[in-house]
Amino acid sequence: MSLCKEDVQRIAHLARLAITDDEARRTLAQLNDIFGMIERMRAVDTEGIEPMSHPLDGAQRLRADAVTDIPDRERNLANAPARQDGLFLVPRVIE
Amino acid sequence: MSDALHQLPLAELAKRLAARELSAVELARHFLGRMERHRGLNAFLDVRPEVTLAQAQAADDRRARGEAGALLGIPIAHKDIFVTRDFASTAASRMLEGYMSPFDATVVDRLAKAGMVTLGKVNCDEFAMGSSNENSAYGPVLNPWDAAAVPGGSSGGSSAAVAARIAPVATATDTGGSIREPAAFCGITGTKPTYGRPSRWGMIAFASSLDTAGLMTVSAEDAAWVLSAMCGFDPNDSTSVDRPDEDFARDLAWPVQGLRIGVPKEFFAPGLQPDVERAVRAALETYRSMGATLVDISLPNAELGIPVYYVVAPAECSSNLSRFDGVRYGHRAKDHGDLADMIKRSRAEGFGPEPKRRILIGTYVLSHGYYDAYYIKAQQVRRLIANEFQQAFTQCDVIAGPVTTSVAFGFGEKAADPVSMYMSDLYTIPGSLAGVPSVSIPCGFGDGANASRPVGLQLMANYFDEARLLGVAHQYQLATDWHRRVPAAFAA
Repeated sequence: MSLCKEDVQRIAHLARLAITDDEARRTLAQLNDIFGMIERMRAVDTEGIEPMSHPLDGAQRLRADAVTDIPDRERNLANAPARQDGLFLVPRVIE
Repeated sequence: MSDALHQLPLAELAKRLAARELSAVELARHFLGRMERHRGLNAFLDVRPEVTLAQAQAADDRRARGEAGALLGIPIAHKDIFVTRDFASTAASRMLEGYMSPFDATVVDRLAKAGMVTLGKVNCDEFAMGSSNENSAYGPVLNPWDAAAVPGGSSGGSSAAVAARIAPVATATDTGGSIREPAAFCGITGTKPTYGRPSRWGMIAFASSLDTAGLMTVSAEDAAWVLSAMCGFDPNDSTSVDRPDEDFARDLAWPVQGLRIGVPKEFFAPGLQPDVERAVRAALETYRSMGATLVDISLPNAELGIPVYYVVAPAECSSNLSRFDGVRYGHRAKDHGDLADMIKRSRAEGFGPEPKRRILIGTYVLSHGYYDAYYIKAQQVRRLIANEFQQAFTQCDVIAGPVTTSVAFGFGEKAADPVSMYMSDLYTIPGSLAGVPSVSIPCGFGDGANASRPVGLQLMANYFDEARLLGVAHQYQLATDWHRRVPAAFAA
């Protein structure tokens, strides 16, 4: 498998990363090297092997549906790049 | 006396604190002074002496009120992957420059409750992605043993701070080797417990099925003390293991007589540098002379750890790092168009090259049409590797081998070639994929031009066997003094 520059631009869009033509070109060679290295894994016979998503195969723990934490609005907003009236501010979405 | 405080084991510091021969404030001042004097190492990203001294005063006040914890008043540095209320938490990324967390990570909170005093936040590779510290947005940390050598990564600030004795202990995190590799490169003891033992709550997430908090210390004995306070069930972490707290120092005195040490032949294959092999084989010989038995074992799929890891970790990274959108926190681009454009540009400006590379790999392997071929396939091979560890532990009590193929490499040597950098973690990734506990302990130095660069011995044990593992490491440290060596420039 080998990626082309357009693939890199498409993946970057999916990942919501702005990327210039020049960056895409430079990244392409590195990604192809990395996928070349990954390719070795694909030859292994894994028929019938259960995928391992967690080292201890723990089942997802559930908790009671109760309030456990009172968010501190001021502290949580303090790191926002832009805010207004106690809300996070983003560029206009609806005209 | 106070000049040598940084050379003392935690047990001795604790004894002096308990006897009121030493106050937590005096101890904190001693280390703050060393941090200031050795700023050139670039180990610390955020230092706030007024916060540190207030915490030290609080520890002294607790003692005056009759408290007597072993860690009460002992200073610690925290890797900048753990969020803290009183120090900025950046993950060594421009993305989080100046970020002040509304809460403390559970690990930080538990250690603070035990009375530990925070010296500051230490440097690392951006979002813990890297093996050399060259990926920090704030410049790399230098290796105290040799300023031309990398300190290792991603926990390079933690390992350098402890190696230079500017912090007696530091937290660290390990996803594929980020505790053990820098510990080996800096000649100190690095401890990665079983996955799920320490809480991930408040650890800035990279690859959630692998991320494990741990410690950088001078000795295994120091590690056992601090690890006991650090680990425990946390309902805030969905993969936290629900087991009672443990005293990890309980097996320190257990002799290695009769211990079966598994030696995987795959860890001594071509590619391992002769000087590392020499030092590691000498360490194994030391164990044998102490009464342990060496058992030849095989981990046939261990070498596939790197390809598996570079699917699983980027996949989880691309998902975890999607939270950085320039809206709630983190960098926001100055010039932008609509909301989508603002998010894209903010991420492009905020992330450095390595996180971007991993986000792209992860996005691709999770995308429609490739998910089964890459992500599911990698999870299947991951199980094969984990099963091999279980097979091996029927033949031996611990597994031993090198931590890395070579001693610390030089700045710039691997920076331009991601694949060669990724190979740095060849021997540490298999244990990360399995999730077993592992330590790196110093066992010598390289040859020739590398004579000042340390070599690490890796020891791995089965799940939840940390106490025995640290005991095995401690017994070696009773017989040798590699872990007591201090780089000349930092001894005084």
